[in-house]
Amino acid sequence: MAEYGFGNPEVIEEELDILIIGGGMAACGAAFEVGQWAKASGKDLKIKLVDKAALSRSGAVAQGLSAINTYIGDNDPADYVRYVRNDLMGIIREDLVYDVGRHVDDSVHNFEDWGLPIWKQPGDEGKSLRAGGKPVRSGRWQIMINGESYKWIVAEAAKKALGMDRIQERTFIVRLINDKNDPTRIAGAAGFSVREHKLYIYKFKACLVVCGGAVNVFRPRSVGEGTGRAWYPVWNAGSTYSMAAEAGAEMTMMENRFVPARFKDGYGPVGAWFLLFKAKVMNGLGEDYSTLRADIIKDQKRFGKYGMGVPGTCLRNHIMLEEMINGRGPIFMDTPTALKKLAEKMTPKEVKHLEAEAWEDFLDMTISQCGMWAGENIEPEKQPSEIMPTEPYLLGSHSGCAGIWVSGPTDIPGVPKEWSWGYRSMTTVKGLFTSGDGVGASGHKFSSGSFTEGRIAAKAMVKYCLDHKDLKPELQRGAAELADEIYKPVKNYLQHKDYTTDIDINPHFISPKMLQFRLQKIMDEYVAGVATYYRTNAKMLEVAEGKLEMLKEDSLKMRAKDLHELLRAWENFHRIMAAEAHMKHIQFRTETRYPGFYYRMDHNYIDDENWKCFTNSTYDRNTHKWSLKKVPYVQLIKD
Amino acid sequence: MPTYVRTEKCDGCKGQDKTACMYICPHDLMLLDKDGSLTGHAMKAFNQEPEQCWECYSCVKICPQNAIEVRHYADVVPMGAQVQPLRGSDSIMWTIRFRNGTLKRFKFPIRTTAEGSADPYGGKPDANLADIDDPLVLFTKDLHKGDASQFVHSK
Ligand SMILES: Cc1cc2nc3c(=O)[nH]c(=O)nc-3n(C[C@H](O)[C@H](O)[C@H](O)COP(=O)(O)OP(=O)(O)OC[C@H]3O[C@@H](n4cnc5c(N)ncnc54)[C@H](O)[C@@H]3O)c2cc1C
Ligand code: SF4
Ligand code: SF4
Repeated sequence: MAEYGFGNPEVIEEELDILIIGGGMAACGAAFEVGQWAKASGKDLKIKLVDKAALSRSGAVAQGLSAINTYIGDNDPADYVRYVRNDLMGIIREDLVYDVGRHVDDSVHNFEDWGLPIWKQPGDEGKSLRAGGKPVRSGRWQIMINGESYKWIVAEAAKKALGMDRIQERTFIVRLINDKNDPTRIAGAAGFSVREHKLYIYKFKACLVVCGGAVNVFRPRSVGEGTGRAWYPVWNAGSTYSMAAEAGAEMTMMENRFVPARFKDGYGPVGAWFLLFKAKVMNGLGEDYSTLRADIIKDQKRFGKYGMGVPGTCLRNHIMLEEMINGRGPIFMDTPTALKKLAEKMTPKEVKHLEAEAWEDFLDMTISQCGMWAGENIEPEKQPSEIMPTEPYLLGSHSGCAGIWVSGPTDIPGVPKEWSWGYRSMTTVKGLFTSGDGVGASGHKFSSGSFTEGRIAAKAMVKYCLDHKDLKPELQRGAAELADEIYKPVKNYLQHKDYTTDIDINPHFISPKMLQFRLQKIMDEYVAGVATYYRTNAKMLEVAEGKLEMLKEDSLKMRAKDLHELLRAWENFHRIMAAEAHMKHIQFRTETRYPGFYYRMDHNYIDDENWKCFTNSTYDRNTHKWSLKKVPYVQLIKD
Repeated sequence: MPTYVRTEKCDGCKGQDKTACMYICPHDLMLLDKDGSLTGHAMKAFNQEPEQCWECYSCVKICPQNAIEVRHYADVVPMGAQVQPLRGSDSIMWTIRFRNGTLKRFKFPIRTTAEGSADPYGGKPDANLADIDDPLVLFTKDLHKGDASQFVHSK
């Protein structure tokens, strides 16, 4: 046997009860909860967690965060459901959102126990939330933190809870594998080490896929060095959606996307500026356009009842986009006026403190924005700053609800039976669970809610393992076949590299980078990216469909010149699958449910009569066909 | 704003198996050039794909030599500014230098407990297997009670 090396990886097979794929907030929540129930069961369950990066800084919280966006506190969980429902234009799984709401505070209390600094109201400093300390709120649901080390702290607890011997970092999972005897059941997963020439094939009873959302599916606004400057984490490549869809899991609301309005180019957060500092936005003419033209969303023919109350995030984008499209840009956040107003009521020391808070908001989660301001000599007290909507992202935990259809809690009154067909958080594939960005139709969970969902799923997975003691998972596909498939990009490279003198230009293969550019171009120009001001129609989608099909074919010809590029190759394959799901769902939903996020110009209105429903899809790996259907929405919480 | 590594400061993490920057980068960007064949600087690290850098500063904060800095995205940001942290065990210090030379310094707390002391289960109850089917229970048993009359179909 030749020595293991590039192109000839060692294949390692491992048998487990539970595999957690991902190391972000949801995965850490699962790591925290799973051990306790496993211990209570008295069984020696074999559990493992694999992350493509290092737990301390992996996922969306790598830089830290400056707020925990979901903390119920004195509110009622039902009001939390109302807020999420309103922001996501009326269509959410209220059972799932309610469940997060009633459990989330406990997770936040644990973060504080472990060392996360949470801001308190004057007089309550030093008093924990658990002991009744009143948090500083920057909105009804958010609480402020000193969150530079948020992920570091949460990961520290998760690592201790699970034990480092059960955690494997730098392992990228490429595929889920169904069961040989029952294809509607999950049996395994396969991936590779990004550091060593090793390929891993896991066999298990249950698995939690929590690889975050999908970023860089669309062409980003900056395409040079700035390509990496996405608002959501550039390294989350849609693995969650892609792997689950290919395993046959029913997806939901994949047409949904999030297009946040952020400080231009740096993508720094604007929430604190609006909520904490009460800043206003103005157009290029200096007009307070959002007051001046607030009425445009009251057009009931186009926006139904959704523009009448507090407008959802997409509708606020819509008002801004109208300014930009009609030549009244650029849009500015009027930071000097806001700070001046606050200073009228404050001592200079308090103002200084406030200024520090404004910078910390960036330094704790979008450091680039400080680089942007420093590079352009922008001091917020002197000069307003531009804001702009970003390229679209697919996600299920922040202000979006793309994702997978999961089984809900059993105790909520009025829930249709079909919504809790199995174990909590389980997808329609037996044994396959998800949380956080993975769960569709239930956005606004954020960091704390994602962690909480991971906990809820972990408990259910233990229950699943106990109920299926005698289940012997068998992989539908052999180890050799899987190894061949995963290392195909390496083989493409080794086989053809000497055909030309230029490593990048070769008729036999395509670099992952070029494949990514092709995907981004298609999505940007046809599937409502920034190039068309987020507008598309049936014909454009049809063109995109053809181009994506060929792109998928060409993905078999990706090359990988090293393990790093092998990582990029499979990330981009996952991006293509996530993109395709997004496109198919937009095609199916013949209305414009989220004006400001995207427009179906051939159906440019909200159509509650026909489309106030979930849109669910399944993908057939063998025929490459998607099937879509409507699933009725059911209201559980009163208006 | 991709990261760059200062030649004179990086010591390749003293030839250890894993360098700190390679270990931590969430996007697998930092690479140690062992023999200098990639950069001309043997045993020093570099960012192998600068246009994929999120500028998350994870590598900057962890480098034991403070050898990593950030030059913000050249296709977007005017030259001359710098944002540099110094992360300690309980706080982080930031120095922001503007293009025009203006300096700002901030210090923020990062944690209230000693590094490595987070205790996931200290003072927490054990899970009780009898509760495994109860949707109201996570093992810590700290449910936020809700007003049942808010449901359309209140029991
Ligand atoms: C800029 C920004 C600001 C935010 N602001 C706030 C805020 O103020 N308050 C708040 O509460 N929330 C905020 N959030 C949202 C919050 O971070 C997310 O909701 C949360 O992290 C989602 O958790 P997750 O576990 O689903 O995904 P993540 O935490 O992103 O974790 C995904 C994990 O999967 C791993 N992974 C990916 N693909 C693979 C693969 N194929 N194989 C193995 N591992 C893989 C990744 O390495 C990572 O560990 C913000 C996020 C961003 C990016
Ligand atoms: S962590 Fe710092 S010292 Fe170590 S290899 Fe990286 S740049 Fe060099
Ligand atoms: S700043 Fe973040 S993304 Fe960039 S190289 Fe460092 S760790 Fe990686």
